[in-house]
Amino acid sequence: MAVPFGQAFADEDADLVVNGELEIAVRAPAPAHVENLDEITSGWVYRSTETQAFQLDDFENPGMIFVDSGIESWNTVEGEAGESCASCHDAPEEMAGVSATYPKWNDGAEEVRTLTMQINACRTEQMGAEEWAYDKADLLNMTALLASVSRGMPVNVAIDGPAQAAWEQGRDLYYTRTGLLELSCANCHEDNYGNNIRADHLSQGQINGFPTYRLKNARLNGVHSRFRGCVRDTRAETYAVGSPEFVALELYVASRGNGLGVEGPSVRN
Amino acid sequence: MKRTILAAAIAGMGTIAVAQTAPNEITFGEYGQIETSLSGLVGDPAAGLEIMVNRGKGNCIACHQVTALEEYPFHGEVGPSLDFVGERWEEADLRGIVANAKMTFPESVMPSFYKTEGFVRAGDGYTGRAAESEIEPILTAQEIEDVVAYLMTLKE
Ligand code: HEC
Ligand code: HEC
Ligand code: HEC
Repeated sequence: MAVPFGQAFADEDADLVVNGELEIAVRAPAPAHVENLDEITSGWVYRSTETQAFQLDDFENPGMIFVDSGIESWNTVEGEAGESCASCHDAPEEMAGVSATYPKWNDGAEEVRTLTMQINACRTEQMGAEEWAYDKADLLNMTALLASVSRGMPVNVAIDGPAQAAWEQGRDLYYTRTGLLELSCANCHEDNYGNNIRADHLSQGQINGFPTYRLKNARLNGVHSRFRGCVRDTRAETYAVGSPEFVALELYVASRGNGLGVEGPSVRN
Repeated sequence: MKRTILAAAIAGMGTIAVAQTAPNEITFGEYGQIETSLSGLVGDPAAGLEIMVNRGKGNCIACHQVTALEEYPFHGEVGPSLDFVGERWEEADLRGIVANAKMTFPESVMPSFYKTEGFVRAGDGYTGRAAESEIEPILTAQEIEDVVAYLMTLKE
């Protein structure tokens, strides 16, 4: 590899073991439905050694502070029904494995739901509470909590049955070249992962690490906000956070990571 | 080459307007080359250098490594190194590649810098909003010429 000017290097062969005991798969064989990759890799692999280190120890991981805020919300009674998440679901650990399966088809609502949509459905339908704003602090704290209790479990999103139409829509979006720069997700994250684009070391754009704590803005970041940023950078009109298009894209991108370990809240630059 | 010199000479006289070629009026050669200056004027390599490194303009080093631009940090690896590109290609080829690389390299990830039509969800700069009025090409005709003039300096 040519040495690009001024880049910090990543240890792309490193393994992720949290607190010296929890192994998280950052590499896995590509699922059959990911046609153009042999191996899938977490974005953690492409970060600099210093950024990678934040995730090795929960006391060093700034994202874990937000998990604590999530636990607080979990136990807080809100809304007309006088319930908290805990009143129906007991301890957060009861949710182990759940975030690995989202987005997921919901039979009752006849829609594909992201974890965020499911949380808000519980708030409005079960608790009689207000929705939390998509990808904003309250919600991200909760998705961070739900991810944290699934850490290390393999992403396992269903793409067939009633979810298939949304999955196909998501795949189309993934390969559509948008904006004045005419770039698709695949142009950067499938054709060029491992390469630098200006100061950025391109990953496969996987979402097994979400929500991510970014050193750049020092807070948790949601999947749709990241999608929005990437689409905006193609000089395109983006889709809205929470839009059906981004729900479909999230399902598709999540499915590209089937087999990677859940990592959230992860740390990225 | 003769034509560009002539155009510059005319411009120098300051009386006769020079013909600019609009993005949708370009005649590409068989391999995507463009024979005549898009602005009708010669390019300025110093201005071209600025465009090459400016994130809001060409941002060429986002994807290309250029040894002569070593002092401007962060060169990408998405495209080939542009070292000695002025020897590998004729000026007309480079003009075609910078204006619309897909005419030379079909399906290329390299953006088309002088194009105004046929985009999916064209945005208003980096705002994420829809483009409001008519779409301006990423680089003007003269900026393309400046970049091409700079690329022509990349020789052994
Ligand atoms: C012009 C290049 C480019 C395009 C096009 C692009 N991205 Fe990105 N994306 C980046 C860069 C640079 C980063 C930050 C480094 C990295 O993780 O790859 C990034 C990061 C991401 C991440 C965070 C990964 C992590 O581990 O935290 C996700 C998810 C992502 N992109 C998804 C997408 C999707 C989906 C699309 C299409 C809608 C897309 N990207 C289009 C450049 C791009
Ligand atoms: C009054 C009961 C009740 C309360 C309070 C409640 N939920 Fe739920 N929750 C449910 C029910 C019932 C389901 C199954 C819904 C379905 O399948 O449509 C569910 C499903 C879920 C799921 C999906 C589980 C899966 O396996 O797919 C998540 C995640 C969840 N709730 C999170 C929360 C959170 C976070 C809160 C608090 C903000 C909360 N719930 C509050 C009753 C509740
Ligand atoms: C998003 C990435 C990207 C950007 C930005 C970009 N290029 Fe390219 N460029 C490429 C790729 C990839 C190729 C290789 C051709 C192909 O696609 O097969 C290329 C090829 C070239 C070539 C031919 C090189 C050779 O030796 O064959 C030239 C010259 C060139 N680019 C100049 C530029 C200039 C000048 C700019 C800025 C105004 C620029 N590029 C911006 C990706 C890019």
